[in-house]
Amino acid sequence: MNEKKQAAAEQHAGGTFELQGALRSLAVPFLAIVTAMILGALLIIFTDTTVIAAWGEGLGSGLRRSWEVIALAYGAFFTGAFGDVYHITETLRIATPYIFAGLAVAFGFQGGLFNIGAEGQYFIGGLATVFVGYSIKGLPMIIHLPLALLAGALGGALWAGIVGFLKAKTGAHEVINTIMMNYIAYRLAEFMLDVGGLMAREGYRPVSPEIQPSAYLPQFFPSDTTIRFNAGFLLALGVAAFIWWLLYKTTLGYEIRTVGKSPHAARYAGINVPRTIVITMAISGALAGLAAPADILGVIHFMPNSFASGYGFDAIALALLGKSNPVGVVLASLLFGALRAGATNMQGIANIPIDITSVLQGLIIVFIAAPEIIRAIYRFRGLEEGEGLVLTQGWGQM
Amino acid sequence: MTDKLEKEGRRARNIGIIFLLFAVAILVLFLPGTDGGGLTTFTFNTSKGEVLPLPDLVFATRLGLYLLALVTAFLGAWQLARGFEQLNAVLGGVALLFILGFLSWAARDKSMNLTGMLQSTLLRSIPITLAALSGVMCERSGIVNIGIEGMMLMGAFFAALVGSVADSYWWGLAAALLGGGLAGALLAVLSIRYKVDQIIAGTAITILSTGLTSYFSSRYLQANSALNSPPTFRPIALPILSKIPIIGPIFFNHTLLVYLTLLLVALIYVMLFYTRWGLRTRAVGEHPRAADTLGIDVFKIRYINVILGGMIAGLGGAYLVLSSVARFDEMMTGGKGYIGLAAMIFGNWNPIGALGSSLIFGFADSLQVKLAIMSVPIPSQFLLMAPYLVTMIVLAGVVGKSRAPAADGVPYEKG
Amino acid sequence: MPPVLELKGITKRFPGVLANDHIDLKLHEGEVLALLGENGAGKSTLMNVLYGLYTPEEGEIFVRGQLAAIQEPNDAIDLGIGMVHQHFMLVPVFTVAENVMLGMESIKNGILLDRQDAAERVRDISQKYGLDVDPNDMVGDLPVGLQQRVEIIKLLYRNADILILDEPTAVLTPQEVKGLFEVIRSLVAQGKSVIFISHKLKEIREIADHVAVLRRGKMVGAADPKQCTERDLASLMVGRDVILEVPKKPANPEAVVLAVEDLRVMGDRGKLAVEGISFEVRAGEIVGVAGVQGNGQTELVEVLTGLREALSGSVRLLDHEILNAAPRVITEIGTAHVPEDRHRDGLVLGYSVADNLVLNTYYLPPVARGLVMQETVINQRADELVAEYDVRTPSIMTPAGNLSGGNQQKVIVARELSRDVALVIASQPTRGLDVGSIEYIHSQLVRKRDEGAAVFVVSSELDEVLSLADRIVVLFDGQIMDVVSAETAVKEEIGLLMAGVHSQAELEAKREAAA
Repeated sequence: MNEKKQAAAEQHAGGTFELQGALRSLAVPFLAIVTAMILGALLIIFTDTTVIAAWGEGLGSGLRRSWEVIALAYGAFFTGAFGDVYHITETLRIATPYIFAGLAVAFGFQGGLFNIGAEGQYFIGGLATVFVGYSIKGLPMIIHLPLALLAGALGGALWAGIVGFLKAKTGAHEVINTIMMNYIAYRLAEFMLDVGGLMAREGYRPVSPEIQPSAYLPQFFPSDTTIRFNAGFLLALGVAAFIWWLLYKTTLGYEIRTVGKSPHAARYAGINVPRTIVITMAISGALAGLAAPADILGVIHFMPNSFASGYGFDAIALALLGKSNPVGVVLASLLFGALRAGATNMQGIANIPIDITSVLQGLIIVFIAAPEIIRAIYRFRGLEEGEGLVLTQGWGQM
Repeated sequence: MTDKLEKEGRRARNIGIIFLLFAVAILVLFLPGTDGGGLTTFTFNTSKGEVLPLPDLVFATRLGLYLLALVTAFLGAWQLARGFEQLNAVLGGVALLFILGFLSWAARDKSMNLTGMLQSTLLRSIPITLAALSGVMCERSGIVNIGIEGMMLMGAFFAALVGSVADSYWWGLAAALLGGGLAGALLAVLSIRYKVDQIIAGTAITILSTGLTSYFSSRYLQANSALNSPPTFRPIALPILSKIPIIGPIFFNHTLLVYLTLLLVALIYVMLFYTRWGLRTRAVGEHPRAADTLGIDVFKIRYINVILGGMIAGLGGAYLVLSSVARFDEMMTGGKGYIGLAAMIFGNWNPIGALGSSLIFGFADSLQVKLAIMSVPIPSQFLLMAPYLVTMIVLAGVVGKSRAPAADGVPYEKG
Repeated sequence: MPPVLELKGITKRFPGVLANDHIDLKLHEGEVLALLGENGAGKSTLMNVLYGLYTPEEGEIFVRGQLAAIQEPNDAIDLGIGMVHQHFMLVPVFTVAENVMLGMESIKNGILLDRQDAAERVRDISQKYGLDVDPNDMVGDLPVGLQQRVEIIKLLYRNADILILDEPTAVLTPQEVKGLFEVIRSLVAQGKSVIFISHKLKEIREIADHVAVLRRGKMVGAADPKQCTERDLASLMVGRDVILEVPKKPANPEAVVLAVEDLRVMGDRGKLAVEGISFEVRAGEIVGVAGVQGNGQTELVEVLTGLREALSGSVRLLDHEILNAAPRVITEIGTAHVPEDRHRDGLVLGYSVADNLVLNTYYLPPVARGLVMQETVINQRADELVAEYDVRTPSIMTPAGNLSGGNQQKVIVARELSRDVALVIASQPTRGLDVGSIEYIHSQLVRKRDEGAAVFVVSSELDEVLSLADRIVVLFDGQIMDVVSAETAVKEEIGLLMAGVHSQAELEAKREAAA
């Protein structure tokens, strides 16, 4: 098995050049997206009663009606994602928290950890950031805003750090514990924000008070209040760049990646593996925590009780699609932002339920995680023939 | 070896101390709110015309608390001095004493119907139990199933749709099994055939199922309520058994799906530990290569178990629809699949343990509702948090131990 | 009567290796046939062919005179061939009876497992062959020796009458070995036939009726172990031809760099792997450890490099006590480590060659300045090392996993030997490599010695140790059999020591001293 792999690898090392390799590595994600879109189109067609009726009238009218429905739906989709300034900014705005959440999961993957709890870390980050945002008054923006952002990051870091600590100390699997921490976070947020809760505003809405304007993320189009695109996006790009630098240019990043790729080699190299696990988890949580200020400080300016966002799962899809690389995550987040913005428009115009985005995301994950399916459909050989994506060990293996 | 003994000794001591802390906690937490003359009333009769109505249990709250604390402290002292053989059972007993203390406090100057609460405990624990059983089926054969939530959604959706269209809960049930089974088959193919990371595969299944069911729901079920009004199973009071005081209403006056779930727990337990299929399943989950060298088809066993596991999760979804709310709602499982996962771990990958921990989780849930109705000044959120905290504590090996099948989550490579 | 098992002209090739070269073998009913050979001689390959795990390119297998087609283990089982693997195939959380019946379960009432019946049958087998195993014990709680008996019962339960035991004594204590031999005797007394794979001459002489010797994939001899001496067997096993000559000057040993004293180390299976050994390595000399694999070498090296905790003893490196010190501490004092498992420990296969070349210096200046790694320095160093150590790679950015084994090892050697160290620890430095790479790595180790480093080489290839080392420590069963100078060493003598037999001269000397 090993010998075979090695022989195949040597063959590749001999003849391929890097550009071709890069194109190949992009082929699977690209085809995964295309395939998911095609399946999505089929789903739309076959759940449209007018199409089914048209097929009853004959092949021609069936095809024509199918095309009309798809054109309308995907037309609305593309307008919704890129149609005008409003829609483009909306795509970017939606992409902003995705970037943070996707980076969180990707960072965990780099360190060999599966952070399935971005959602919970997002909640705790939200509680921390909104608390700093509304409770501290009279600070200049230059201090207040960074403080609120930092609070979000620290909240997430703490939440995930606990899981990292448990893993390093007792071997308890991070997947289970992050899921458990998700639910604890939901309840904690509910407790804080419920009517009469410690962080609820006066009155009968289960939401936090409005944050101070000094903690707002600056808007790009302050004159047009419908456009919600804000400096959070730049922050996200900056953080992505920073994470890229941290991972690939620093000793800490080297340690994290080494532990992720081979804990044995990391021990051999003298790296403190348990410590690295805690750090990786904490940074991952900090990134997830930062997704909350992107929404709270940038867009809604308070924290609602039912904040359920689905970021936790989206983030996994993003990290997989972006191959755990910060640049890839940013691109994937832009795509998902467009997907979400487009789907919203598609719902409005073509009456297609927005849940189709989840279907597309699920399909994309399946295709990326099992590239053999894509290769089988499109009949091409991959770089890592016959290799599934295995990121974590089983519960028992620690 | 000595290391192990030492660890056990330390654990025994720690648990003794924990018992004492529980005793102190009963006094510190619950005593302050009571006054000397306060009475606690527990009632046991449901309003269904019991054959043998039981008298209410009325006692002085303070006296009760002192008594409970005393017994707890005694157990702690005994544990420190002598140590118990059946430590986990005693640990459960102490937890029960603490809960009784809590209930005595919560029901001070009021009356609380224990039978009703335990009945709702069972009902609330059924979907969690089914989710946990689904996990047990898959993970005993070595496949981590984190897609239970999605499989339940598929089951619930199919149950609602097909049940409505056919106007039959039987067809709804069958469709739910099919839906869950399909999701299970997808997990099986991804993790066995394509050796996809099982956690990713499970996550993908949940996302995909959420998307598909929500999509179809908003496309059809919401627009046309005739597609989302399945008939439901009616409670069947078992003759004689349902007349037993306390036990009767708790266990023997339910819908078929409740009985079926309890039956499944027993059935899977027997299958797992007393049949050829069970022996092979566990061998495959623990040491697939050993099983392989003895001519057992590892892949086949895993396929069968994961698909059956999906069907059981589908049954859990069907329960929500056909035995409870009679309609499908988007994301109606509300995390029960994940709670089931926790219950499976907490129950040590054992069907009966899974039922036990599901009951605990169901108890926390029903208690929380009860307290809200009685307007007890306790944030319900902390009660709802408890199961997750307990799972994390168990997983960290602080109290009790939980051991996954050795090959759980590891793709099997032949040859 | 035909032999119960006959192999004719079995040939099995792997890419670049002729693992079995036209091997003939006969096993008669009721006899114990020992298969003797060094690591990599082809014993395991041959047995895997017999058990249906490999398909040979040429050759035929006859079982009880009939030509047999063995495609998979099930075929072998059907023919009554059973194998006890070196790594037991037992489910630790099952009872003995459950492990034994798995796949051939006893059933009652149509569906329920009949544990009693299985236990009864296990007890019968256990009594019949004197195995003394309780069917209701949990396998994970049993000592290794009893687990092995459970494996044997598994075969007997399936009515195997040709039993292959692959290095069965490797994991056993001497008492357990004695017990195993009684079991084997009882098996053959009742008509079973046994193939016993081993490299321990004493054991072979004690238990085997015939011995077949494999060397480099060839059958080099067969003998009656009772007739010939251990010396004969040893020379058959190791051969006389030294193919590798390492050009080197006489050593010039100076101060002690590494001093190990009374070191005791626990192995993975809860058995002492290193039992109170002491030795030292001086600057300017190469000390080689000879020994068949699994005699404590791996654990010894892991302790020396900080990757495993020792029970007791002392390890001094220069002026530092490094027993149970962290790997980084040991590295920083001045140790280079070429690890035994290069894929697991020595390389991050997904990393580029350049990144692998700084695996344990990534945080030190000039590779890193503060927190920031200096890419230009890393790349420049990689370019230099790739050139200097003749690493054949398309680019320094190529993932290490894409290189051939020899070049992977050169990456490790380059990284480790390019540092300024006082001690070099190299474990199986040339395993699985081509001749060119082997020669190159040897010359580098000698260069390091000549530069004044203390070099400690562990190899299960006796030839390698003989040609490379200045002094040779022979390890057997976690203990040092002897330390000999390479100049005066005689290969057969060392072969005997490796097999746990003290040399004739020494025995005589002892006898004289006693008298």
